[in-house]
Amino acid sequence: MSPRVQALFEQVPQLLGGHLSLAVPAIVGGVLLSVPLGILCVKSAAVRGPVMLVISLVQTVPSIALLAIMVAILGGTIGYRPAFIALLIYSILPIVRNTIVGLEGVDPAMREAARAVGMRPLQQLLKVELPLAFPVILAGIRTATVWVVGIATLSTPVGAPSLGNYIFSGLQLRDWQRVLFGCVATMLLSLVLDQLIALIESSLQRRRFVVVWGATAVLGGLLAVGLAPQLVPATTSGFTGVGQRAAGDGAATGKQLTLAGQTIRIGAKGFTEQFILTDLLGGQIRAAGGTVEALGNMGSTIVFDALAKNTIDVYVDYTGTLWSTVLKEPEPIGRAAMRVAVAGRLFDQYGIVTLGPLGFENTYALVVRQEQARKFGLQAITDLTSQARQLRIGGDPEFFGRPEWQRVRGLYDLHGIEQVGMDSTFMYQAVADGQVDLAAGFSTDGRIDAFNLDVLADPLAAFPPYDAVILLSPAAGANQALVACLEPLVNRLSVAAMRAANRGVDEGGRTPAEAAKALAEAVGVEGDTADGFSR
Amino acid sequence: MVVPAIELEQVRKEYAPDKTPAVRDVSFSVSQGEVLALVGGSGSGKTTTLKMINRLIEPTAGTIRVMGEDVTAIDPVMLRRSIGYAFQGVGLFPHLTVGDNIAITPRLLGWPEGKTRARVDDLLMLIDLPVDTFRDRLPAALSGGQRQRVGFARALAAEPRAILMDEPFGALDPITRDTVQTEFREVQQKLGLSVVVVTHDMTEAVLLADRIAVMHEGDLRQLGTPQQLLTAPADDYVAQLIETPRRHSDFIESLMRPPAVGGKG
Repeated sequence: MSPRVQALFEQVPQLLGGHLSLAVPAIVGGVLLSVPLGILCVKSAAVRGPVMLVISLVQTVPSIALLAIMVAILGGTIGYRPAFIALLIYSILPIVRNTIVGLEGVDPAMREAARAVGMRPLQQLLKVELPLAFPVILAGIRTATVWVVGIATLSTPVGAPSLGNYIFSGLQLRDWQRVLFGCVATMLLSLVLDQLIALIESSLQRRRFVVVWGATAVLGGLLAVGLAPQLVPATTSGFTGVGQRAAGDGAATGKQLTLAGQTIRIGAKGFTEQFILTDLLGGQIRAAGGTVEALGNMGSTIVFDALAKNTIDVYVDYTGTLWSTVLKEPEPIGRAAMRVAVAGRLFDQYGIVTLGPLGFENTYALVVRQEQARKFGLQAITDLTSQARQLRIGGDPEFFGRPEWQRVRGLYDLHGIEQVGMDSTFMYQAVADGQVDLAAGFSTDGRIDAFNLDVLADPLAAFPPYDAVILLSPAAGANQALVACLEPLVNRLSVAAMRAANRGVDEGGRTPAEAAKALAEAVGVEGDTADGFSR
Repeated sequence: MVVPAIELEQVRKEYAPDKTPAVRDVSFSVSQGEVLALVGGSGSGKTTTLKMINRLIEPTAGTIRVMGEDVTAIDPVMLRRSIGYAFQGVGLFPHLTVGDNIAITPRLLGWPEGKTRARVDDLLMLIDLPVDTFRDRLPAALSGGQRQRVGFARALAAEPRAILMDEPFGALDPITRDTVQTEFREVQQKLGLSVVVVTHDMTEAVLLADRIAVMHEGDLRQLGTPQQLLTAPADDYVAQLIETPRRHSDFIESLMRPPAVGGKG
């Protein structure tokens, strides 16, 4: 087995456990909630109309949006709770609907027979109607099971570990083996749960009660495995107390401030650079004796809210993003000014500490082929103005709708340029192949070097500055040992170094941990990034 | 004086005030140990009348007594547990075994489990279904005649004060039907059961019942022994109904007679 595949298998206990702890209680809870609700709907038309309307509407909310909404409803809480509630909600519709269909499908003659032999209404329900509707209700439970196990993969962006971690990180790292591994694992889990329920059903019909109890015991065991982590009180933030995991082995020596016995939670958004930075920060923390818990693939606003609430301790964000999405400022200001303004306002409004810039910007960048740049003397965006009408620019369709692009087009008078929308994965290749003349890429993307492209200068500062900054939660900002171990990273990473690290992962087949290790060595900081962190 | 098992007095059922009543002022009584057949076409009100006796349907007016007790004075659920009911299309619960089907009402009444089991075994014996073979089978594994007999055993299980039967033999093939009817008559006489049986088949009524009540469009047209109906039908409708079994029996009788001497050939 190759080390990469082995690394995938090593994460199985944690991620499968996370997945089970979400899916199985959500299904069990869904059954406990939905069967009575379905019965109520059959018995009362007044209940049924509104209930069916609400659950049908909720079901049409895209699952990833429902998860995000749950985070918002819970006041920015990330992790298990929002994911669990969203999954519970998803399990309701199929079970309620099948309970209604099953009960209504009971032969009226059976209902009259139940009455005629002297059953009271509750006895009719429990002894006749529910048993007769059971196969249909169970079919609903099976549908819910397959849905919930599948949708549970989407818990990753809200910070609840699941088999979706393989899929999301695989997509970002363009590691299809990883994506496939996550898909197959999820499918297998779905199949196993579905078949267990089917086995219970068929054995009940054949009255083979030993098998029924056996299969139920297995399900119960899975539920227990799923619930076990939830029964242990979760540690809120590594800073506040002793972490739940043992301290790392690299305990710091006497003169240094130590993080021994502390668990530091690092957040990350879902792209390569963020994964590498997680490992870079994690390496510093581990070298200082701390234990690292990495929460990758989080949504942009979710990771910020989690930091403000001390749910995570540290992550890296970009000044331009914070300026527009958190501080809601419509017009950009200069790079240095924005750095200071963002830091001041984040501290005033949220108590968040901006430890400092990493040194590079990950901004929008217009890229051209090197040979073309040389041939036509292209060095800055200004050089495009005169020939705009003959040029084609590739970019993410979203980019062409953003205010940044409107500014660039206005300031450099590029109105005649032809816009070609394409996925960001393909645009560097498209420039290299000459399918378009230039593309709107990202300044730290490793493929700029990989495809021999040049970044055009932006003398009018039309693109807002996107300085990468280390942000600490209010609690973590007061943690001197954490500040001390991360400070060496401030202003150490050049665009070229970051780009090389990204390239190593995107094009060179390295893991983020390997890239982080190389990056740390290149810029001369000592970290302990040996085997990376789970995400 | 012995109390009648079932007594109806001026019983009426109207589903809506402006419609013709489904049952119009019907009175009759069933003596203990008697079988009374309610006969009529669809819409005659015979099934409605039957279901009012155990309050599956509540009458609009009139009085119904079971063993002398006004049924409105009894909790309808307890009333139903005290009256056996055999259904059109049998009505066995498909998810319960034969034994559990028969044991339903005794268990609802809270009989001790030992007594219930013994009762189930006795009844299976009574209807000629060996206990070991049949008690743990599901209804789906029985023939139509066997199911019908289990339905009858279920109606008998809680030692009811009376038994109501709604077209109980309707779904059976002629030979099975004949067997089951004969067995029913034997058990009924042996146990002295009081029975009201609804049927649209006058021949069945003649064969099973001590007395026949003919219903038409909600009215009770005639009440009498099969012989009285045959010899003195009250009106054309009764005459028409009773004509069928009479013609069948005449025809069969003619076949039984030795052929006439000196025929052609």
